[in-house]
Amino acid sequence: MTDQSLRPPIVNLALMPAMAPPADVRPSPLTWIKRNLFSTPFSGALTICFVLLAVWLLHQVLSFAILNAVWSGGREACRANPEGACWPFIAQKFDYLRYGAYPISERWRVDLTQAIGAILIAWLLWTKAPRRKLAAMLFFVFYPVAAFVLLRGVALLHLPVIDTMLWGGLLITLLMSIVGIVFSLPIGILLALGRRSDLPIVKAVCLTFIEVVRGVPFITVLFMANFMMPLFVPDYLTPDRLLRPLIAIALFSSAYMAEVVRAGLQAIPKGQYEAAKALGISYFDMMRLIVLPQALTIVIPSIVSTFIGLFKDTTLVAIVGIADFLKAVETARVDPSWAGPTISSTGYLFAGLVYWGFCFGMSRYSQSMERQLARGHKS
Amino acid sequence: MSDLTLSVQPRRSLSLHNKKVRGIFYQVLLAGSLLALALGIGIQTTSNMRARGIPLSFGFWNEAAGFDINQTLISYDTLSTYGQAFWVGVVNTLYVSLLAILLATLLGFVVGIARLSQNWIVAKVATSYVEVIRNIPLLLQLLFWYNAVLKPLPAPKSSIEIPGGIYLNNRGLIIPEIQLHPGAGLVDLAFAAAIFFCIVFCFYAKRAQRRTGRQLPVLLVSLATLIGFPLVIFLAAGEPVSFIRPQLHGFNFQGGHQLYPEFAALLIGLSVYTGSYIAEIVRGGVQAVAKGQTEAAYALGFSPGKTLRLVVVPQALRIIIPPLTSQYLNLTKNSSLAVFVGYPDLVQIFAGTVLNQTGAAVQVMAITLAVYLAISIVTSLAMNAFNRHFAIVER
Repeated sequence: MTDQSLRPPIVNLALMPAMAPPADVRPSPLTWIKRNLFSTPFSGALTICFVLLAVWLLHQVLSFAILNAVWSGGREACRANPEGACWPFIAQKFDYLRYGAYPISERWRVDLTQAIGAILIAWLLWTKAPRRKLAAMLFFVFYPVAAFVLLRGVALLHLPVIDTMLWGGLLITLLMSIVGIVFSLPIGILLALGRRSDLPIVKAVCLTFIEVVRGVPFITVLFMANFMMPLFVPDYLTPDRLLRPLIAIALFSSAYMAEVVRAGLQAIPKGQYEAAKALGISYFDMMRLIVLPQALTIVIPSIVSTFIGLFKDTTLVAIVGIADFLKAVETARVDPSWAGPTISSTGYLFAGLVYWGFCFGMSRYSQSMERQLARGHKS
Repeated sequence: MSDLTLSVQPRRSLSLHNKKVRGIFYQVLLAGSLLALALGIGIQTTSNMRARGIPLSFGFWNEAAGFDINQTLISYDTLSTYGQAFWVGVVNTLYVSLLAILLATLLGFVVGIARLSQNWIVAKVATSYVEVIRNIPLLLQLLFWYNAVLKPLPAPKSSIEIPGGIYLNNRGLIIPEIQLHPGAGLVDLAFAAAIFFCIVFCFYAKRAQRRTGRQLPVLLVSLATLIGFPLVIFLAAGEPVSFIRPQLHGFNFQGGHQLYPEFAALLIGLSVYTGSYIAEIVRGGVQAVAKGQTEAAYALGFSPGKTLRLVVVPQALRIIIPPLTSQYLNLTKNSSLAVFVGYPDLVQIFAGTVLNQTGAAVQVMAITLAVYLAISIVTSLAMNAFNRHFAIVER
């Protein structure tokens, strides 16, 4: 080895002080603007057009919803102002939009049902919560019974029976979605397992059901439930007018859920099935203990997306005369005592905000879940 | 030492512990109970229908319908039969769906590409559009377009007049009617000839590029031929086309084509709603194309536009097309929401009016479901054929 200290240093061992980056790449608001808004003349022209568009749209919405809106007063104040939204209208109709014609003295029952539901759903969706199996048990078994007892009423428990004719508003929308998810998940799992089964008849039955239901519009399924179900059964068994669309929504969404679950089942490596079989575990235990827990976790984002679709589809039940939230808005909107130039727009704006809030929240949850799952698979 | 060989005998008993027997048993059980259910429902339904005086046959098909439909593409009047009303519904459903598919695809591709734009504000506006529209029910959007945008337009008397004899009012958009005079056929011929020329020129240009590497201005030449040649013939034939301008008579317009607000609301609603889904599909497809492809194209000196058109989009299409088809099917199914705004589609005419008038719920619903199923099966078959054709052939 040669002695390095004898050589004159030709390499400067001390680090040079860092120089500032050239002016046009220096991170400053100006370079950001140049790079992201005016990189080419075409891009610059687009920026100007889109800024104008965005400002115009924002101005329209804000001036209608906030700046020019009527915040207090009554019908007259609203009629006098054709420029902005009429929020007193929403304030006055708020209870109607939430409960429909549900008797005022009994509305605490709706509140209680929704509160229990909210707690259970939060428990289920929060992945780090303790004892989520218990939550699932409660949500899928106990909750439907409790909700039925509370909402409809049982005379024995001193809860007067409320006719379903009186139910309406957000209550119906939430009820439809919850019933949809509570029933569609188990039925969907069964259908998905059936579709992947080795037994030809089971497979054919499940496949036909899934493909037929997915091939037709939801409205026609509702029509079928409404017009044909009473023909299918003896008179004394005719389902309640609210029960018919509920059955329709449960069957309709279970076909979609089946496809989601099937995707999850396909994503599980074959080794898992084979290992379970090699250990002599029976088919149902293999599914219950090994395959389904993994498959369902993978497809949580898709389940949430399906649920968002289901939530939006509940608006269609108005076609068979059920007063869901949107139908309640429609009814409130045409109330002659509130007739005014901006009532319709206000109603639709409010309905849009409510639906958007629910759906956007759910889609954000599904996205965060997706990221979490992606992280889990990498490690 | 004792003998360690075990006597292995496959179980051949007919007990439920045998997997094969068990499978057959379950299937027989399922098939039996389904058959019993179907039989029970069948018997109950026929007896219920008899008791309520509902017709059991398809005899209503040839009876006079007796109701009018305001928007038809095929001939129909109050004397027509229920069968003809059915076909009007089918054609109307397909018509609005196809138009909406066209618009939604255009909108979706533009927005999807815009979401990936380098330009911050363009990407943000596109993202906001997708996030807002996707999270609001289609029905609410349809009602909004119909009740809050199109219906509050002024009455025919005080229509908004757009230059060119176009009128916009709460009965719709009224445009001049085109009337053809003798000699108009020549213009059609000229147009066909122009198209033929363009195709030939395209082939020629491609070959020329292969041979010499030089690119011919295909787009410019095609556009010039397509517009110029028919125009020359049009002028030479003495302008064989005239317009019938709509005239206000009493409360409504006479003459001219009318675009009804029901149709417009459905078309706008479906296109805007489905467009947001297509945008997401397009974005996903483009992002799925490996970044190296774009970089390689840039390294070869392709412009960003050409990179997108010649390198990225053809590869992205393979990923985009299957979900795109399912969106097209969704759109077609969603066109049944026409019933809420009163556009006469299949559901509104057939499962609505015809069902109410004849009471033949079972037959009408069966036919309606069959139509939608047929549409979705035909589309899936076409889709599978397409996929086979375009799937990447791997070694």
